[in-house]
Amino acid sequence: MASFMVNVEDMDAIALGGAFLGTGGGGDPYIGKLMARQAIARHGPVKVISVDELADDALCIPVCMMGAPTVMLEKLPNGEEAREALAQLETFLGRKADALICIEAGGLNSTIPYAVAAATGLPLIDGDGMGRAFPELQMVTLTIHGISATPMVLADDKGNSSVINAISNRWTERLARCQTVEMGGAALVALYPMSGAEVKRGILRGSMSLIKEIGETMASERKASRNPADALVRRLDGNRLFSGRVVDIDRRTIGGFARGRAVFKGMEQDEGRTFTVDFQNEFLICEDDRGDLLAVTPDLICALDADGGLPVTTEQLRYGLAVTMIGLACDPQWATPEGLELVGPRYFGYERDYVPINQLSR
Amino acid sequence: MYRLGIDVGGTNTDAVVMQGRTVLAGVKASTTEDVTSGVLEAMEAAISKAGVDRAKITNVMIGTTHFTNAVIERKHINPVAAIRLGLPATACLPPMVDWPNDLREAAGGHGYLVRGGYEFDGREIAPLDLDEIDRIADDLAAKRIEAAAITSVFGPINAEMEKAARERLLRKRPDISVVLSSDIGRIGLLERESAAIMNASLLALSDRTVEAFAKALQSAGLDCPFFITQNDGTLMGAETVKKFPVLTFASGPTNSMRGAAFLTGVRDGIVVDIGGTTTDIGSLQHGFPRQAATVVDIGGVRTNFRMPDVFSIGLGGGSLVRRKSDGQVAVGPQSVGYRITKEALVFGGDTLTATDIAVASGSAQVGSADAVRSLDPALLQAAQAEIAAMLERAVERTRLSPEPVPVIAVGGGSILMPDQLGDLKVIRPENFAVANAVGAAIAQISGEVDRIFSLENGLTRDICLKQAEDEAREKAIRSGADAATIETIEREDVPLAYLPGNATRIHVKVVGEMGGYDA
Repeated sequence: MASFMVNVEDMDAIALGGAFLGTGGGGDPYIGKLMARQAIARHGPVKVISVDELADDALCIPVCMMGAPTVMLEKLPNGEEAREALAQLETFLGRKADALICIEAGGLNSTIPYAVAAATGLPLIDGDGMGRAFPELQMVTLTIHGISATPMVLADDKGNSSVINAISNRWTERLARCQTVEMGGAALVALYPMSGAEVKRGILRGSMSLIKEIGETMASERKASRNPADALVRRLDGNRLFSGRVVDIDRRTIGGFARGRAVFKGMEQDEGRTFTVDFQNEFLICEDDRGDLLAVTPDLICALDADGGLPVTTEQLRYGLAVTMIGLACDPQWATPEGLELVGPRYFGYERDYVPINQLSR
Repeated sequence: MYRLGIDVGGTNTDAVVMQGRTVLAGVKASTTEDVTSGVLEAMEAAISKAGVDRAKITNVMIGTTHFTNAVIERKHINPVAAIRLGLPATACLPPMVDWPNDLREAAGGHGYLVRGGYEFDGREIAPLDLDEIDRIADDLAAKRIEAAAITSVFGPINAEMEKAARERLLRKRPDISVVLSSDIGRIGLLERESAAIMNASLLALSDRTVEAFAKALQSAGLDCPFFITQNDGTLMGAETVKKFPVLTFASGPTNSMRGAAFLTGVRDGIVVDIGGTTTDIGSLQHGFPRQAATVVDIGGVRTNFRMPDVFSIGLGGGSLVRRKSDGQVAVGPQSVGYRITKEALVFGGDTLTATDIAVASGSAQVGSADAVRSLDPALLQAAQAEIAAMLERAVERTRLSPEPVPVIAVGGGSILMPDQLGDLKVIRPENFAVANAVGAAIAQISGEVDRIFSLENGLTRDICLKQAEDEAREKAIRSGADAATIETIEREDVPLAYLPGNATRIHVKVVGEMGGYDA
């Protein structure tokens, strides 16, 4: 895949695509989009480069936000945090970064790296660590490849920063999560410093171009007054899981993560059927009333508002909302025993096994 | 004892006189440029049609789209100092960053960032920088800015800093108007800040408009308090509207849905408001419009007001009816609009409209039925079926449950509505054409709480919900609600994602009848 330039006007599509791949979580990409638009307007467009263009010894660093997106919608960043985190990590490593990476292709973190890339002038690599949104820091394919999240730097709006060195990526998650709370519920971080060779081995390729393409498809379908669901299913070779209306929703917070289950009454071609979707921060399991599995994490379950065609988050689910659910196959790296240990249904506390979406009925 | 309800729309000003639950008279007049004369005309006509003694009118309730239209048309917008308390956080995106350029220019584009604000758990981000507030006061004097909007990070959790900043600002500039974001909106800094700035920019207009309403009432010899309806279908006093014009932004659709609920006694159902060009469909829950979950765009600005979740389709009394090249019959979205009384067949014109179909099929008696007697029966039948199918699809999209809820048809174009849509029965209230003025006349008083609660130190979800409900009741009573009639109409809690510590966002709304009258 060739490199491409991202301009101010591309950010709308990127934010749309990022929200879609958020699979119900990851936060609204809006703030990151505005930050990126501003940075690109000031410093010029962002160059997105293919993994193949990287030298094996290049230093590549992912930057992202960590914590509660809802907090960041209220307490906007200062704007220097991500660059500060990056600079501190560079100082720690004694070396300047050659390229930036997006760690999470879904939600707020799909747009934030563009703001940092524009401000630093560094290229952004066409790939990411999740291919969607996941709630925890170790839930990246990099972990499967033994790539360490640390040294990691967290930075806040006040100028505080901290370096973490941990024995495992799960420990990094635990230590960093506490610090984000002290920093006000959200922080900007630089982590998983990698060589170009490690990037080539561990990353999910092409996510940045995919996000942009998904967003452009959504925008053009909406412009033609069509719900983007059908076009996305065709383009992404996905499964249209169902269209339905929320008739019951049960939420609770367990261990800091919102757990919930929504029940949907089928509509249109699914009239007469019932569906349930289990979610934590993201949509994780989709079943029908016969107990037949339609999709399960790490495969992607993405929701579109059945009326407006915009992505719907788990926080927006409410009684009466009509959605179309789309299931997408995850990257093959996630469907391995090592991948499922990190992000399979059992990790999220569900007593069931992963079944690839392409083995489930369409 | 009578009540007068008035709805000032973009085209029509409607008025109704009500006694208890009875509509004595309803009339439609044209909206005028000066607002006053249109209101006066509608009011006088309604009073004389009802034949009541105007001295016995105890309350006047007005619904208006005047302030929404000002923002959409970029008219009567005054410059505002947008003061944000949040540094060192929030510097990345200045106030009005996502506004359309013309509106930002109209509001002056003056943004100020000041040290201050709170964290989600109530800690200070930084102490409030009072010296900076003094410098801003001097700058406002130099720039002759008369209005300010103060927004603190997490202001809805703790409004103290916004209040302290206002006090400091007024010390140097006692004559300016100050709006606090915590009085206006919910969590979501840019959206709440934008609403506060828009509100401040409309203060001069709201002052003039409220005075115009007062003058119209006075000219009509009405010596009673008047109220204006807000987004959620409840009332605010004239003095409150002067301070918070943005709270009227969605009152138009809200009033028509509330009016429909009242005229039929239906509390859960679907309201279909058919106008000349479009049809708005929304759903009623407990007698109130269901609110939209997502952000609402006003004049190109993202806000987080609670607005009715209304869905529109291009079908109205003036919709064009034609046969497409494939032989299918299409209705709308093009419409003759307000020219219907000249262009429709039944009014002597030569355009086939949805109204002509309704007349030809015998479901409506307007204009001349002879003009449509020779319509091709196949075309008539196909057009009728298409209109019913469009309405049925729209209603199905809005429907909340398989329960057979009633469909209420209101608005001038509701002659298009068949008596039955699928398995749903259609109700057509009397006075359907002035449902929005009725909605204004019957509006209630509300109290609302929306903020983040921390479920720690023995505080449970139930205790916090109760606390929020008590606060909301208190607010409603302070605004004039009769305590005995207060009921909770919204109650939801959403745990904050990705944060340990069990923080949860609770939203409660209560409403009650206005004290001092029996509805």
